[in-house]
Amino acid sequence: MAYNYNQNEIKGNVHSLESFGLVDGPGVRYVVFLQGCALRCKYCHNPETWAGGGSQWTASQLFDKVYRYKQYWKENGGITVSGGEPLLQMDFVTEFFKIAKTKKVNTAIDTAGQPFRSDGEWIAKFEELMKYTDLVILDLKEWTSEKHIELTGKGNDNIKEMARWLSDHGKDMWIRHVLVPDLTDDENDLKAMSEFIASLKTVKKVEILPYHALGVPKWEKIGIDYQLKDAVAPTREQIEKAEQILNVKAYHD
Amino acid sequence: MVKFDQWEGFEGRLWQEEVNVRDFIQKNYTPYDGDQSFLAGPTEATDKLWGELQKLQKEERAKGGILDMDTDIVSTLTSHKPGYINEEMKDLEQIVGLQTDKPLKRAFMPFGGIRMAEQACTTNGYTPSPELHKIFTEYSRTHSDAVFSAYTPEMKKCRHAHIVTGLPDTYGRGRIVGDYRRVALYGIDFLITQKQKDFANCGDGTMVDDVIRQREEIAMQIAALKGMKAMAASYGYDISQPAKTAKEAVQWLYFGYLAAIKTQNGAAMSVGRVSTFLDIYIQRDIDNGVLTEEQAQELIDHLVMKFRMVKFARIPSYNQLFSGDPVWATLEVAGIGMDGRSMVTKNDFRFLHTLENMGPSPEPNLTVLYSAKLPETFKKYAAYISIKTSSIQYENDDVMKPVWGDDYSICCCVSATQTGKEIQFFGARANLAKCLLYAINGGVDEKLLEQVGPKYAPITSEYLDYDEVIEKYLDMMDWLADVYVNVLNLIHFMHDKYYYEAAEMALIDTDVRRTFATGIAGFSHVIDSLSAIKYAKVKTVRNEDGIVTDYEIEGDFPRYGNDDDRADEIAVWLLRTFIDKVKTHHTYRNSEPSTSILTITSNVVYGEATGSTPDGRKAGAPFAPGANPSYGAEKSGLLASLNSVAKLPYTWALDGISNTQTISPDALGHEEGERIDNLVQVMDGYFDQGAHHLNVNVFGTEKLIDCMEHPEKEEYANFTIRVSGYAVKFINLTRKQQEDVIARTCHKYR
Repeated sequence: MAYNYNQNEIKGNVHSLESFGLVDGPGVRYVVFLQGCALRCKYCHNPETWAGGGSQWTASQLFDKVYRYKQYWKENGGITVSGGEPLLQMDFVTEFFKIAKTKKVNTAIDTAGQPFRSDGEWIAKFEELMKYTDLVILDLKEWTSEKHIELTGKGNDNIKEMARWLSDHGKDMWIRHVLVPDLTDDENDLKAMSEFIASLKTVKKVEILPYHALGVPKWEKIGIDYQLKDAVAPTREQIEKAEQILNVKAYHD
Repeated sequence: MVKFDQWEGFEGRLWQEEVNVRDFIQKNYTPYDGDQSFLAGPTEATDKLWGELQKLQKEERAKGGILDMDTDIVSTLTSHKPGYINEEMKDLEQIVGLQTDKPLKRAFMPFGGIRMAEQACTTNGYTPSPELHKIFTEYSRTHSDAVFSAYTPEMKKCRHAHIVTGLPDTYGRGRIVGDYRRVALYGIDFLITQKQKDFANCGDGTMVDDVIRQREEIAMQIAALKGMKAMAASYGYDISQPAKTAKEAVQWLYFGYLAAIKTQNGAAMSVGRVSTFLDIYIQRDIDNGVLTEEQAQELIDHLVMKFRMVKFARIPSYNQLFSGDPVWATLEVAGIGMDGRSMVTKNDFRFLHTLENMGPSPEPNLTVLYSAKLPETFKKYAAYISIKTSSIQYENDDVMKPVWGDDYSICCCVSATQTGKEIQFFGARANLAKCLLYAINGGVDEKLLEQVGPKYAPITSEYLDYDEVIEKYLDMMDWLADVYVNVLNLIHFMHDKYYYEAAEMALIDTDVRRTFATGIAGFSHVIDSLSAIKYAKVKTVRNEDGIVTDYEIEGDFPRYGNDDDRADEIAVWLLRTFIDKVKTHHTYRNSEPSTSILTITSNVVYGEATGSTPDGRKAGAPFAPGANPSYGAEKSGLLASLNSVAKLPYTWALDGISNTQTISPDALGHEEGERIDNLVQVMDGYFDQGAHHLNVNVFGTEKLIDCMEHPEKEEYANFTIRVSGYAVKFINLTRKQQEDVIARTCHKYR
């Protein structure tokens, strides 16, 4: 092992590890799912990551494990920290990415932006994290704050603020939107979202993620009621329409 | 040095001095690093013939898997009159020759064992000839009868208990690849002359066993070469001279292969590394303006169509082991030459393209000899075909080339042999999971509840102690390696004696190198069991006689398949320990022992015969196939699983380390271009670590389930999947095997 582990080193709460992530960032990626999230999205497909807990890793331990996959990454692949909500464990992620950048590994976070605060200690920490982050994959779940609260339990003014901050600070972004028919496909909302995205300067890719019900058994397993029982996956036409509104073709990574 | 007019335009000298196809290839092939845009679609003739063949395949399936069988003709090189896909369309067939007089009709092949040949008939509703029965029981002996007459009681017991299992004693051993290219390059007469020289040089006149045997074998080879000429003549071709055109080269080569499959029904009947070789002839004709790309593709399509038609009459127990009617007509493309040049030619694209022109198919068993250094265009095309058809496998040229050179063929599912210079004695598998249970129970079989292994002291404690288990396991493995190697010695002696592969050996150097391929079954379960004993607490559950029949695990333990060194180091240790034990024994005809971790579909049957294991696997549950981690063990995704398998050194298992993975298309990327790039990247990363083999399946579990429930759907008629070491039409698997495949890990998007 390359490091002497420091007992005082900050530890991350990790839910699970996926060595083969091909859709959470460019190229082949090692995805670290952190434990803990403040949102309660009705369609969440990883509800088991909401609470705290998980296994504890120091940043250097985790990096040792992850770096074994470098031969799969080539020029564009790397590490993505997802969740849960990675911004709830910023100190840990910053440490982790700091080590990654010493080895020139591409880093991305997959976030819903909910913890974002534009002031005080929080933004200072966030700025530090961004020094070592190559890409932010940001979910825009709804356009209006009311609907965002209805879907996730929290408002989204600060999330939009975060997108603006990233744009102003020249940080590359992918924007994602989960499309649930009759829930998150309101044409006017999508249009407003599209205009907002167009006003951001650093968006490299916009993706529609079609809703799927594969996470439902996990809800049953942890014993919480799944409210979107009647939701269905969008059709090809519905996806294409949303893609058209969000103008996804205009963004190339 | 000889000179033939047919060699006009070819470069080089050494291959003209001696039979040396490799030298011919190296001096004459044209590497191609462009993309697939030059490829041609199917011709009208191809469409018609393939349409006919699909009708026949449908009919075959409707009749329960057998279209037609011989019952009263013993298959030889010249036993049948010429046959065609369709008598009325025979002029459309660019490449001709069938095993019997009719398409998909299975030949009667008694030399491997008269009882099996008869059983294959009777279990399919055919009545074998009583006269042949009399001949092969009263007047002559066959391989299988000879083997069983010589077995020791211990060998029979081991076989019955399935601790040694899948032995080639009731079927042909196969795995001998004739260098069929020689027929095209040299013509039969030249090859006969060379063998006659060898015959004259055989021994110094002192008639010891080895010399006598070799003289007889060469004589049989020369007779087989003459038989090939007669066989070809019946189709209107004179193959005494070298081929002069691409069409002749393909046809001559195929006649060589046809000779093999008319006379042997081995478990694996590989075609070998023919792609780059044939490209030389095709390129010469194209350069001379006498062949178009359409015609070139047609030749390859028609050749491949023939490989898709190879059939053997099998017995039910064979079909259980190797499900889905496989013949392992394994055929290689790509690879890198010793001089560093890519051996990818346009023809390597053409062979893969057959899967587009005629749809997916399990045969021929198309194998890409992979290296990250292959042209990107080719890697991407192969990945594209994998994503589209799940019909090809990949083997690491970078690890095989230092051992076997740059002209090796894959002789069965994944094992390499030098083409024309080497043969392999195939040896099925030792059930190392059962061996562990014997170590715990002092040689008593946990299913039969009888003493099968030696009566060593059993473990009597309630909880298993790692050091004690290892000590006893090593002793039991000593015994197993001994009995296993000796069973194989006996089988191969008899196979040489009663079912010698004269036609294939005629196309291999007389001074042949022989390897002795043992194998391991239950690999992942032994690793996880030992890990559970070491890192968790394993409690024994005993029956009234004190025999351990089940295990209870308390606590968590690392499992093989997560890139966790604690478990993976046990894997490496296990492989090394077993091959070292094998190597201490005498092996038949001074062959060189090797081992493999591959189980084909037999993982289901082996698992059925094995009791509960200390890793939590219940009695009768299937083993994981080949070197795959156990089902449900992989917690960190595909690459972690690949990394675990990649830690096994290929040089310790030169017969092959098979790994089969299924990836859902969504997990590979959102759109086609992305999926192709990602798959190439995964393979580069895996093989660069020295891993040996990868079967790539790209589909979701939902498709498998739907196919199992609705096999009648047109879209599933040719739905092909890769299983351990070969490809199979999913609808041709047994229900149990289908369920086993569905239960395996599918790497999904999450």
